[in-house]
Amino acid sequence: MKILTNWLRTYVPNIPADDHQLADDLTLRGIAVEGVHDLGPAADDQSNGHLFEMDITTNRVDAMNHYGIAREAATIYNLPLLPLHTELPASTPAPAFPVRIDAPHLCGRFTARVLRNVTIAPSAGLISDYFSLLGQKQISNAVDASNFVLLGMGHPTHAFDLDKLQGGIVVRLAHQGEKLKLLDGTERTLEPDDLVVADEVKALALAGVMGGYDSMITPETKNILVEAAWFDPASIRRSSRRHLLHTDASHRFERGADFNAAPIANHLVSQLILASGGHAEGDLIDIAIPATAAKTASRPSINLSVTQVQRHLGTTLEDTPTQSALTPELIYQYLTALGCTLIPTRLAVQLEHEMIADGPVFPPGYFSDHAGHISLVNDLFAVQLPSWRLDLEREIDLIEEVARVYGYNRFANTLPTPGIVIAHPTAAAEAAVRTRLLALGFSESISSTFASQQDSDLFATAGQGTIPMENPLSDEASLLRPSLVPGMVTMLAHNLNRDVKDVRLFEQGQIFTGTTDQVSESAQLSLGLTGAVPATPLHTAHDAPIFELKGAIESLLSLFAPAPLTFTTEAPVWLQPGRSATALLDGTPIAHFGELVHTQREARKLRQPIYLAQLDLAKLYALPLKKVTARDLSRFQAVERDFSFTFPDSMQWHTIATAIHTLNIPELQRLTPTEIFRDPKGKSVPPSHYALLLKCVFQSNDRTLREEELTTWWSNIITTLTNLGGTIRAGEFTM
Amino acid sequence: MSDDIVLDEFGYDEPTLDKLFETLKKEVISSSENYSQEAFKLHWLGRKQGRLKVLSEAWLKSAPPEARKPLGIRFNQLKQQIEAALEAPATTTRAAQAGASIDITLPGTTRAPGIPHPLLKTMQEIVAVFHHLGYSTNLGPQVESDFYNFEALNFPPNHPARDTQDTLVIASQQSRPSRDRLLMRTHTSPVQIRTMIDQPPPVRIVIPGKVHRNDAADATHSPIFHQVEGLCVDTNITFSDLKGTLDHAMKALFGSAVKTRFFPSFFPFTEPSADVQISCIFCNGKGCRKCKHSGWIELLGCGMVDPAVFAAIDEQRAAQGKSPAYNPEKITGFAFGMGVERIAMIQHGISDIGHFYSGDMRFLEQFA
Repeated sequence: MKILTNWLRTYVPNIPADDHQLADDLTLRGIAVEGVHDLGPAADDQSNGHLFEMDITTNRVDAMNHYGIAREAATIYNLPLLPLHTELPASTPAPAFPVRIDAPHLCGRFTARVLRNVTIAPSAGLISDYFSLLGQKQISNAVDASNFVLLGMGHPTHAFDLDKLQGGIVVRLAHQGEKLKLLDGTERTLEPDDLVVADEVKALALAGVMGGYDSMITPETKNILVEAAWFDPASIRRSSRRHLLHTDASHRFERGADFNAAPIANHLVSQLILASGGHAEGDLIDIAIPATAAKTASRPSINLSVTQVQRHLGTTLEDTPTQSALTPELIYQYLTALGCTLIPTRLAVQLEHEMIADGPVFPPGYFSDHAGHISLVNDLFAVQLPSWRLDLEREIDLIEEVARVYGYNRFANTLPTPGIVIAHPTAAAEAAVRTRLLALGFSESISSTFASQQDSDLFATAGQGTIPMENPLSDEASLLRPSLVPGMVTMLAHNLNRDVKDVRLFEQGQIFTGTTDQVSESAQLSLGLTGAVPATPLHTAHDAPIFELKGAIESLLSLFAPAPLTFTTEAPVWLQPGRSATALLDGTPIAHFGELVHTQREARKLRQPIYLAQLDLAKLYALPLKKVTARDLSRFQAVERDFSFTFPDSMQWHTIATAIHTLNIPELQRLTPTEIFRDPKGKSVPPSHYALLLKCVFQSNDRTLREEELTTWWSNIITTLTNLGGTIRAGEFTM
Repeated sequence: MSDDIVLDEFGYDEPTLDKLFETLKKEVISSSENYSQEAFKLHWLGRKQGRLKVLSEAWLKSAPPEARKPLGIRFNQLKQQIEAALEAPATTTRAAQAGASIDITLPGTTRAPGIPHPLLKTMQEIVAVFHHLGYSTNLGPQVESDFYNFEALNFPPNHPARDTQDTLVIASQQSRPSRDRLLMRTHTSPVQIRTMIDQPPPVRIVIPGKVHRNDAADATHSPIFHQVEGLCVDTNITFSDLKGTLDHAMKALFGSAVKTRFFPSFFPFTEPSADVQISCIFCNGKGCRKCKHSGWIELLGCGMVDPAVFAAIDEQRAAQGKSPAYNPEKITGFAFGMGVERIAMIQHGISDIGHFYSGDMRFLEQFA
């Protein structure tokens, strides 16, 4: 919205601030001036002043016009606001123009005035000057008058060509399927809850939204009916939305117009039109529905307690040790300037000290003086609310007005007493997981909360249900994500498509399952890895990424209290069979990981394999974090022995390790496979076999190990592994 | 070891011995430069295998008696030289060593660490500031009911925010009562409601979280974004407490030189409501491109909790069989909220909000 400072100043002369200062003062009081533009000199060498670009919050529809902002300025500077000047030339007597309100719950007030023998001509003078400075289109004196009043004091009006009307005005609901051609030239089909201004025969205007084409003012118009009314906000909003018509009028009405402004606006428009000729006929027709008046202009007064003002707002920079700067006098001044009527309940009563029963607990509005008397001072006001401020309904609304006009930045910076901080139950576990993943080289990421139908079908856990959106952002986001994996795949693909080939990412986030009646959210972790992972003595470069993911999962589990973790090669369909696995905690799945299934890699045109893991964080966080009890370090030398065995390819490490552990040698502190070797030529290792280098570390806490013990354990291990089908290649003994 | 110089091949005349010992002296010097001090000492003076010992024994043994004295004198001189080299400042040897060493200008190697997400890092920093002020973290679901997201927060029934143009709604909600309809929370404020229904005052909570709105994505808007909200409810909480708290928090986040400025604003769930600006952290309030030459940057919204919110809380507490605890005559509070993306973008000069959700390593690596 645009405001001309020159126009504004006609309502509040002698503002003791230049336009820039005025802009700042308004902005700091919630009447935000977003831009100040110098309009240069006028023809008479006077300044055109400035144009303010305003940003008015939706609750302050009363300030979306020059007079409303002038009222704010008058309040800020404690100056009088000039009344709106409405002097009409005497009207010729005539019978009352017939107006009937058939929908009194939707039309609270309707004013109409007949103007005869008007001259339709281009606007001149002030209207023309102001409109050109505002960039407002000029149409004709009649239409411009309506716009001028809207910009000036904010109430929408409408002018009908009286000669196009058949009979009097009826404000009613539209008939089903009723047609109405509007000012914009479009023909609308109305619904039975659209409110229309009609004559006896047909709809003339979509009430509060837009006038009708057939009854509009034309250069030939001779007689005019000026309408200014009050319409129900919800009704106007409904029609405005249904017909996709957002007009200045609907904007104002749907936020609650000023019930008492209708007759004033009607006067102002009539006065402007008659300035070019013609005369008023008969009296102003003014039908007000008492029930609506009671809810708007004549609302019951509300109580405002000075104590409550101070209780909510606290300390100002100008408080003295004994008195708040927010005095009853100041509150009275501010609210009166804003249009409220304040009736002080000044009942200076004095009560004797002994009348206080339970020590110094005083009812609101009482205070104790030095002599120990308590008095009801000028604490309570009964406040009558202005008709243009439907946003003011409660005491707190008035308290806000006091704070706003006083100026937020004149309040002190105080601090409440601090509370005690209680850690969120999963905070420590989340932080531990995050820190560990960062240390392992995975970077933190955030992906979309949504998934496509296709991805949802592929990645959702069977039987858990998915949640479609009513109004999805796009087809790619038609459901809530049932897994973090599709988002991870997207992020890895994003990198690969930009030639970023080495990527390690993780995401901790919520996934959504269940039904649209009952959505379940649970925390999940996804890992994504692509790019070269160097081979290790145990893993080929081809397999190394899968084992890095396995290592990450094991590492995360190691943060928590020990629980049996096992692995199977069964995995969901989005993982490549044979190159993927499921981690089981206590026998139930906690994570899936491995290479993305090859069909998906092809479908997504990924240039290199990508590796994914998905871990159920809820299950992980159900475990307590590990509490470490340190063991004493042995004072005795550890003995390391390396074995090299040949095994058939079918022999799994788990079988070997279990067999050795079954020997139950307490001194065997560590058993590690250190190298796996296959000979493609089948010379040093037979075909379909592998050589395994195994390291055993023996140590006792209470003695130096004797050679005989070691030899026994060594030979037991060799026997065990031989029985498993292994062949010893070499056994090295090192001290 | 000592097959290098065999004395027999020479003679015991003075010039020959001079020449020989000159060679040995050079050897001492060069070895003192190339060996570490310890290795040098061992090499020459080792008790069993030291070069001085080996040479002197071999030579003195084989030398004719008349040559033993000059030999002995020369060995003594050599020994003094070795000892002198040992006592010489280490710098000469270290400097010499350094000359033939690594090319330190080659890039260092490291196991690449994972990178904390800049957005989540900022979020944690904000949360930490409020932890220090006595606020506990509380979290809530991202799929919320209309009641928690709008109704209890005093949004009128046909408020524009409730429209599907602004809010992402779960499918198949039409047949449900309006307050039960499920949607993606548009702010983290529902957690304030949940907390107050759960527990009586005093409440001091900070709520970080992901929220969603039906917004078109552009450089500064995303339908997915993050907020940190806070709520402080107690007896005698005032607007000046709100001001003081946020002024402190902004100084803690952006430095003690930062100033705050409060403007009236409007939110359905607070009254009075305010927008807060901080003095531009780039130009210290002088005016620059980043603050659009205003000297100020708008950062958060806040206000005193609207009594209507307290009323809705107590109503819901009653429905759950809990005693009323939020009588607006006794209880006041304030709430505030800020967009984490905006703050992180300001902190790091990020021009496109989309980088936060792309997982693009080229973006993330800058924060390593």
